[in-house]
Amino acid sequence: MRRPNPMTKPFKQIGFISALLSRRATWWMFLFADTVRAQSPTNIFDPAGTPAHSIFSLSMLVFSVTATIFLIVGALLLYALLRFRHRSEDPSREPAQIYGSNQIELAWTVIPILIVVMLFLTTTRVILTTESIPKPANALDVTVIGHQFWWEYRYPGFGVVTANELHVPISDSANPRPTYLKMSSADVTHSFWVPRLAGKMDLIPNRINTMWIDPQVPGLYLGQCAQYCGTQHAKMLLRVYAQSPADFTAWIKQQQKPANQDFTGNPAAAEGQTVFLHSACINCHTVAGTSATGRFGPDLTHLASRDTLASGSIQNTPENLKKWIDDPSSMKPGALMPPMHLNDHDLSAITAYLTTLH
Amino acid sequence: MADSTPVMEGLDQSLAVKRPRLEAIYEWITTVDHKKIGLMYIAYALIFLVVGGFEALLMRIQLAVPNNHFVSPQVFNRLFTMHGTTMVFFMGMPMLFGFANYLVPLMIGARDMAFPRLNAFSFWISAFGGLLLYFSYFGGSGLYGAGSAPDVGWFAYAPLTANVFSPGHSTDYWTLAVFLSGIGSIGTALNIVTTIICMRCKGMKMSRLPLLIWLYLVMSSMVFIAVGPLTAAQIMLTLDRYVGSHFFDTQAGGSAVLWMHYFWIFGHPEVYILVLPAFAFVNEIVPVFSRKAIFGYPAMVAASIAIGFISLSVWAHHMFTVGLGPAGNTFFVFATMVISVPTGIKIFNWLATIWGGDVHFAVPMMFCIGFLFQFLIAGLTGIMLSVAPFDWQLSASYFVVAHFHYVLVGAIVFALFGAFYYWYPKVTGRMMSEILGKWHFWLFLIGFHLTFDFMHVPGLLGMPRRIYTYEAGRGWEMWNLIVSVGAIFQVAGIACFVFNLVRSYFRGEIADHDPWDAWTLEWATSSPPPSYNFAIDPTVHSRRPLWDLKHPEDPDSDYE
Repeated sequence: MRRPNPMTKPFKQIGFISALLSRRATWWMFLFADTVRAQSPTNIFDPAGTPAHSIFSLSMLVFSVTATIFLIVGALLLYALLRFRHRSEDPSREPAQIYGSNQIELAWTVIPILIVVMLFLTTTRVILTTESIPKPANALDVTVIGHQFWWEYRYPGFGVVTANELHVPISDSANPRPTYLKMSSADVTHSFWVPRLAGKMDLIPNRINTMWIDPQVPGLYLGQCAQYCGTQHAKMLLRVYAQSPADFTAWIKQQQKPANQDFTGNPAAAEGQTVFLHSACINCHTVAGTSATGRFGPDLTHLASRDTLASGSIQNTPENLKKWIDDPSSMKPGALMPPMHLNDHDLSAITAYLTTLH
Repeated sequence: MADSTPVMEGLDQSLAVKRPRLEAIYEWITTVDHKKIGLMYIAYALIFLVVGGFEALLMRIQLAVPNNHFVSPQVFNRLFTMHGTTMVFFMGMPMLFGFANYLVPLMIGARDMAFPRLNAFSFWISAFGGLLLYFSYFGGSGLYGAGSAPDVGWFAYAPLTANVFSPGHSTDYWTLAVFLSGIGSIGTALNIVTTIICMRCKGMKMSRLPLLIWLYLVMSSMVFIAVGPLTAAQIMLTLDRYVGSHFFDTQAGGSAVLWMHYFWIFGHPEVYILVLPAFAFVNEIVPVFSRKAIFGYPAMVAASIAIGFISLSVWAHHMFTVGLGPAGNTFFVFATMVISVPTGIKIFNWLATIWGGDVHFAVPMMFCIGFLFQFLIAGLTGIMLSVAPFDWQLSASYFVVAHFHYVLVGAIVFALFGAFYYWYPKVTGRMMSEILGKWHFWLFLIGFHLTFDFMHVPGLLGMPRRIYTYEAGRGWEMWNLIVSVGAIFQVAGIACFVFNLVRSYFRGEIADHDPWDAWTLEWATSSPPPSYNFAIDPTVHSRRPLWDLKHPEDPDSDYE
């Protein structure tokens, strides 16, 4: 992803200024990295992708500039307060009245302007390298659609639809393959934020935004919705699984299959499928290859292959699944899925069916 | 301090006879006296300060530990919506307008505001707006039986406010309350601008206005420009909800981003509308307690006007994550960074005012010193947020919450407390207790820093704002607990303040008309001032009329 970008050329000249400053920034970087890196799986100072990295370097520069200003001005202020504190016993004595000084005032107008220009040019460079970089031909396209309160992921190149757990291939310098996210919303405004991979981008109804991520190490990257979207904004969690190219291809192959129809030795699941296809479930959920084609809720074709339920907020176990179907609001109050009012037998059957959807 | 203060005093206080209680209430309700209206504004804002603070406390209890069940998500979402709306529209604005009402005529040597009846109208319509907002707790469910208080957040992003996502009447109460508050704000702003332009006493040229007056002039002019779009947007939203128009109705082709523009072209100037009066208080208090004239008066005026203009062109820095594209983003990065230049000038000029002075650490000055350090930090975190790529990470996180509370509490509320201690003797004729004041200062300072310093950290660790709970294991637990503990100290500080405010009214040490040995006109009349303010219309010859009177051998008028 570090290919030359014609748009950033005019900004190369100021490169040496920021390079000079980033010497000091490096020191800060080590300090921060060591003290806070291990603290959190969503630490913005522990970048694992190119956009997050360039933001991190820029933020260290900004930190060192602002910290220097704080130390200088704060020290002067403290000195003035101590040095010129009231001491005289004579209440009628007043200090010399000074009304201003053009030279000094000019100095503290011009110096901040220079700092602003430097910061502005550096910032512009990062904006352009993140937002205006041409999309590589081999990039993976994923469409992200925000819903109250879950995420829909569609892989148009592969005909795969899934929910809440985004799988992407890793992208390293030997084999760069960024993932381009095309984002919109089905209802209200949401925001996609996985701090270790990139900054956030809003998902706005009637509007298409794009962003890209390129995780470099396989693993699970967490995040959550960052724009208030209603009652369960807090439990609209994000999970990004970065996989080696081979693992990713295997995952895609699995997801491309239609839903499991083989219930040999599992009569409960077979019965569950019948109950499922004859209840209100199909109004909102899709199970590919069956008559369930609803679009309002998450696609369930490969539900059992997912680690979590309810947008990352609970573990995907049969017990949790059963409890969820019985009354979603007991686990995630405000979730839009209604309680299904099934008897215990049907509930167990549907649970048995859904756990076969690998 | 010296009390060799001269002439121009108010006349006989004996005119104020004791009257029956009912008559007194009637008098307050029907008054058009700028001082009484100012005090009603302040009292009203103080009530909402306590209410909004209580809401914040409940939120901090909920967030103190992960997976907490102290309040439900619905209740939590109402709490932060009400907290934000209350503190901005029904605490911040009325409080600052209250001070303006009380101080502007006194400091320019006038006998009242230009439009006394408009003044009363503006106060009452704002007051009813606040009551309407809180009536939503009872009336919000309406015929639908859905909802109670609004839960759409204080910036109420479309289309969450559309009928389909916000059934019931809760959002309507929010819309109407903000609408009424907007009408009141525009009325008062109009009044302040007219008063400052037309009602100055003899010799009070624009170049001799106290800086407080200049800042209120800029602030009120900004209210005209900024509040209009918000009020218009409220009408558009109501049309969407009831008449079937589609301004913000994305289901029918409306635009969610349009609402964001309308809201933030109000919302960002609003921050400066709130902070300019804080600058105003500091501009009056710091020179008096440093015993020096303000450093660089013309630069301070120019910087204030520059902030006014530039602040109207920075709104989309709240929208860096909306996908404005590189051109839009870079423009707003530049505009936002540039505003730090005039703001920096102000900080340097305050520093230079203290430099070479004779600093008295009285309670008003202590709060102003808190202001100076905290505003410096708030400005610097603001520069971090102005860097758009950094903002892509920080926007809508707890870092932002910490940053703007540093401005709103660390700067504005601290300056406001300084103003309370400074002008209380003028208003009541009694001093506020210095000991209680110091307790208030230190408790609030400790609480403030525990809460808002440590609140930056979970933001850096990926915690978004407006979540009613969070999972364990994200590294946020310890920070949130510290933040919540800080809230308790703040509550203790506020309790000292309220107790001090009430107790000093009855038992405070009697103050003479100029207890701080100050230099502006309000200290030339009696404490409290008579209803006509000045028995004889004052005449001024410089920016510090009382300095000239106290130092006839070395008057300011020789230098200006």
